[in-house]
Amino acid sequence: MARLTDGWGADVGRLRLDARMAAVTAEGLVKVFPSRSGEVRALDGVDLEVTEGSVLGLLGPNGAGKTTAVRILTTLLAPDAGRATVNGVDVASDPQAVRRSIGLSGQYAAVDEYLTGRENLLMIGRLYHMGSGAARTRATELLEQFDLIGAADRPAKTYSGGMRRRLDLAGALVARPPVIFLDEPTTGLDPRSRIGLWEVIEGLVSTGTTVLLTTQYLDEADKLADSIAVVDRGRVIARGTSDELKAQVGGERLVVTVEPGQVGQAGEVLGRLAAGPVDVEEHTRQLVAPVSGGSAVLLDAVRALDEAGVTVLDIGMRRPTLDDVFLQLTGHHAEADQGGAPAAAAGQGGADR
Amino acid sequence: MSDLAQSLSDTGTITWRNITRLRRQPDSIFFGIVQSIMFVLLFAVVFGGAINVPGGGDYTEYLMGGIFVQTVAFTCATTCIAMADDLSRGVFDRFRSLPMSRSAVLAGRTFADVAFAGITTAAMAITGLLVGWRTHSAVLEVVGAFALLALFAYAMLWIGAVIGLSVRSVEVAQTAGLIWLFPLTFLSNAFVPLESMPGWLQPIAAWNPISSVVAAVRDLFGNLPPGYVPPDYWPLQHPVQASVLWCAVILAVFVPLGIARYRRAASR
Repeated sequence: MARLTDGWGADVGRLRLDARMAAVTAEGLVKVFPSRSGEVRALDGVDLEVTEGSVLGLLGPNGAGKTTAVRILTTLLAPDAGRATVNGVDVASDPQAVRRSIGLSGQYAAVDEYLTGRENLLMIGRLYHMGSGAARTRATELLEQFDLIGAADRPAKTYSGGMRRRLDLAGALVARPPVIFLDEPTTGLDPRSRIGLWEVIEGLVSTGTTVLLTTQYLDEADKLADSIAVVDRGRVIARGTSDELKAQVGGERLVVTVEPGQVGQAGEVLGRLAAGPVDVEEHTRQLVAPVSGGSAVLLDAVRALDEAGVTVLDIGMRRPTLDDVFLQLTGHHAEADQGGAPAAAAGQGGADR
Repeated sequence: MSDLAQSLSDTGTITWRNITRLRRQPDSIFFGIVQSIMFVLLFAVVFGGAINVPGGGDYTEYLMGGIFVQTVAFTCATTCIAMADDLSRGVFDRFRSLPMSRSAVLAGRTFADVAFAGITTAAMAITGLLVGWRTHSAVLEVVGAFALLALFAYAMLWIGAVIGLSVRSVEVAQTAGLIWLFPLTFLSNAFVPLESMPGWLQPIAAWNPISSVVAAVRDLFGNLPPGYVPPDYWPLQHPVQASVLWCAVILAVFVPLGIARYRRAASR
């Protein structure tokens, strides 16, 4: 608790949260996977805490270890070191009790394609040992809530990607578990389905469910999570609320777009004005410089670029985003990791399963 | 609910799931039936006159026991692929995160697949009857033969399940589930009499579980010529006992192995 709530003292709403218990805890989780090129430390000493009724966003790129953490917390995988509890129960000593209090919706959408939406939910209800009447009522309730009632009696293989995700999420909620794990719930969804799913998750949180959510999308963590743990290479490298993380990066961002061929020159000019390293994106000819000093810096920049003979197509200031946070903390972007460093990505991709 | 009642209820649910899946894929049932019919016709027509049955019996009658056993043995490839498929789709993650019995997923799979084996066996029996196969024994013995086929199919399915849970992809499962069945079924008395094999091969074929089951089924259907003397190997002289024993051994090894694999499988 202490770790997550340090520095939240002034926020009354948070203080009220502090009084609640931790629904999920993890201490020093380590998981090592063997791989062809030696070992991959998918988790390298991860501590987590999710306060009852809140949403923790586990934010990180592919291969950061997010999925491994979720698999340990949902009893699918045993850690090599460390311990974890869900609802006060140790995942290693009484996994069956943990399973009774959790719902899991994974990144693969574990929907049975040949069963109808209703049958999928009925099956899960029966496997939670609800009476068959109760399972039936609950299935209908969820199908209505998730806007699937029209397709309830069609095999799930006829569903769109968004519908499958909703059905998978509904599956996690069948037994009304107090703690829900959502592993990359919107990865691969089109923007409209994504926003639809966000609304569903927000509705869930408003009923007091505790949620641990993993995502590689900064806007998703920003929108849904009460607190965020930034994960990179098996470690939590920062934590706090979205605002706290942004404040940690400090200042504002000066964003400049220039004419082709002038990126290098502009980078030099901005480097003299910036409070930290300038991020240059060659293909969009956009430069982002952390600055402090408000709008005066903007004027300085325009003048300096003009004197250097750089044609400015667009210039502006913005508050730091979580991507800036990520860049500052890790030296690389959060979402642009897929293409880069093939060897490392391959090894870590394996570890993320 | 007690543990046992819970376990039975979970097994029932998973069996229902797999049978429902099967019903929604009528093409797979169709091709299963076509394959059975094809086997019976091909062997009966192509090999019909070429092979001498010891004691001078009818080859079609002699053959049917072998075809029955081969086909139910091959059902284990279906289990293998289905297991690998569920594993790759994350369905097992969902199951393993539920407070359900650990053994139910495998038990439910094997029960559904043994039902599928029942359908293909019925198709073979009907085709066999059409091409001249008859039983010459008491009704109870015929029932016993089918019961033994079901037991053997069930034991073999667990081997398929273990392979399906051990391989890394569905594509590998398609080959790995099938390839070992060819030497297993052909190094037996399923299609040719033991006596026609080279001497060094005979003990291997005699102790092959397939041979015991084939011999037992032939015996129970009354498909052996009168005065037939089984080769001088214990499993062939006591084929029913040997078959039941083989099934028990296979289950004793592969059931615990399968459940252990299932627990660990998704953690790869």
